[in-house]
Amino acid sequence: MKRKFRVLIAKPGLDGHDRGAKIVARALRDAEMEVIYTGRRQTSEQIVNAAIQEDVDAIGVSILSGAHETLFPNILDLLKNRGAKDILVFGGGIIPKEDAENLKHMGIVEIFGPGTPTRDIVERIKSEIFQKRRSPY
Amino acid sequence: MNSGERLKDMHSNWMEGPVREALAKKNERKPEFRTDSGLKIDRVYTPVQLDEMGFDYQRDLGFPGQFPFTRGKDPLGYRANFWIFQQYAGFGDARETNRRYRFLLDRGQTGISIALDLPTQIGLDSDHPMADGEVGKTGVAIDSLEDLEIIFDGIPLNKPRQISLVANAVSLVGLAMFIALAKKQKIPTDEMVLRIQNDILKEFIARGTYIYPPGPSVRLATDLITFCVEHHPNWRPLTVCGYHIRESGATATQEIAFSMANALEYLDRVYQKGFDMQKVLPRLSAFMSVGMNFFEEVSKFRALRRLWARLFKERYRIDDVSTLNFDLVNFTAGSSLSAQQPMNNIVRVTIESLAGVLGGCQSLFPCSMDEAYCTPTENSVKLALRTQQIIAHETGIADTIDPLGGSYYVEALTSALEKEAKTYLDKIEKIGGAISAIDSNYFQQEIEDASYKSQKAVENREKLIVGVNEFVDQEELPIEIFRPPKDAADRQKRKLKELRRTRDDGKVQGILKEVERLAQTEENLAPILVEAVTSYATLGEISDVFRRVFGEYREANI
Repeated sequence: MKRKFRVLIAKPGLDGHDRGAKIVARALRDAEMEVIYTGRRQTSEQIVNAAIQEDVDAIGVSILSGAHETLFPNILDLLKNRGAKDILVFGGGIIPKEDAENLKHMGIVEIFGPGTPTRDIVERIKSEIFQKRRSPY
Repeated sequence: MNSGERLKDMHSNWMEGPVREALAKKNERKPEFRTDSGLKIDRVYTPVQLDEMGFDYQRDLGFPGQFPFTRGKDPLGYRANFWIFQQYAGFGDARETNRRYRFLLDRGQTGISIALDLPTQIGLDSDHPMADGEVGKTGVAIDSLEDLEIIFDGIPLNKPRQISLVANAVSLVGLAMFIALAKKQKIPTDEMVLRIQNDILKEFIARGTYIYPPGPSVRLATDLITFCVEHHPNWRPLTVCGYHIRESGATATQEIAFSMANALEYLDRVYQKGFDMQKVLPRLSAFMSVGMNFFEEVSKFRALRRLWARLFKERYRIDDVSTLNFDLVNFTAGSSLSAQQPMNNIVRVTIESLAGVLGGCQSLFPCSMDEAYCTPTENSVKLALRTQQIIAHETGIADTIDPLGGSYYVEALTSALEKEAKTYLDKIEKIGGAISAIDSNYFQQEIEDASYKSQKAVENREKLIVGVNEFVDQEELPIEIFRPPKDAADRQKRKLKELRRTRDDGKVQGILKEVERLAQTEENLAPILVEAVTSYATLGEISDVFRRVFGEYREANI
């Protein structure tokens, strides 16, 4: 069954800068994916609930306020506790390279920093979801 | 044949002759040239274009410090004082912020601008669950008057040339804190200059740090404006913000138009309350972005001044046109900086600072080169300050007023930008004003479209950004990254606990009840808030009272 790829784009915490998140959402829609955009000021619980309810393949998290060290791990923990570890998590925003490496070790698939072309984001998300769906696990 | 017709002939001959010959041998870089906001750029500008636009020196330019202020606010330009050299700073906790301010003031900075962390901007105390991970990150945490006292420890409020507080949803509480602090420091408030941003409507459009719905938010903003007009006439109670709107993806003309549409919402209400607008308008500031499209940016500031003067004169029936002058605060465009090859950003900020000054600003904030990574380090902040000082002291551009005025190109651009901004304003008026435009998602959609278009232009290489999509380096040099202190949150939480233990809690609760009562009337809330902060009610406690009375804003789903 060829189901369209579904992605949740989320803005956790208090950061209000949504220009990048909206651009990524639109680029993914242009690439024929189904995209739900949460809007600002979401708690980690709200994001994970929405992701599970909407049965998404992946969550894209946007943080520019420096709160990434707290918010990403929260989301990963909640996904694990809710038995939704198979939902892929990507990130973007203002996240120093060292921190991005740490986050990837924790389980974030990729951090797309400033200047990343949307076609690269689309391609990567597509290929990761495709591989995940093929996998027997 | 008159000289205008002769010139048109010369132009035609030039096009048929030298231009055609040159084009036969080589192509121009693009089929057509446009500014960042899409205005067409001619190959050369002469009096012909200005004639076609009906340009008139006396009507459209006049002289610096005179209506319509195109050439600038001050009849002396920068020949008396330079613009104010500012830096946006504040991080971690109050003690760290105090140290940074003393560092900058010692090195020649003349103004202080206070960056607040997100919980503070959104009226949340540092121990609120939503504040987790956010305390002290984007600026300083201020939970109560106690924090402000520490920030200004050893810095009398009348020492900096001005103090800017970037507070919007919590602006009235911020104002109250400064009034209370001035009293504690025994500084007469007319010896200090406080500027509070207080432009809540742009939060709904671009920046996102709103709390309550637009209607009550505008009430609070208007309370602040009218209170200052009456009691603190040398303070600046509203900064009309184009910067954030531009940063969220808007074009230069939208930056002017959407910010002015927001201003009209506050000002119309003040006008309807019967205040003398000739006392209100001179207290306003405008906060604008400076991007890389050099001549468009310089022209934008001139267009803004002229449009503002003409529009407000008519709308508020102003007789004394000298009151249509306002303070222009420029901030170089954060969104123009790259994470790749960050040293390039030093060059960008220099060019943007130059444009900001040639545009005639009264204050300039240059970004630091590392701001695509984090809040700046001390060294990169110092370099940004030195950038301003070099421009001021070594280039000579400050020695005459509006040096680009009279350039055929700049005058043509200034008029074109003014015209397009006015078209937007007329459209917004038809929608019913800024609040209606926000509710109907008009601004948000325009900005999102402009932003996506701009992104596509970069990805299609119609627009080149050095180091990002052209002249890319594989090897990146590591740069020093600033880390906000990790224990800021814990320190704030401990302080809050202690504060709540030691203050007269009965008194605080009594005052908060009074705040709640007054919020439901039409009364100006500033005086009761001064009482509240003086008794050490926290920012979160006060904001929660307002949440109960006004409700909380929920973004519409797009």
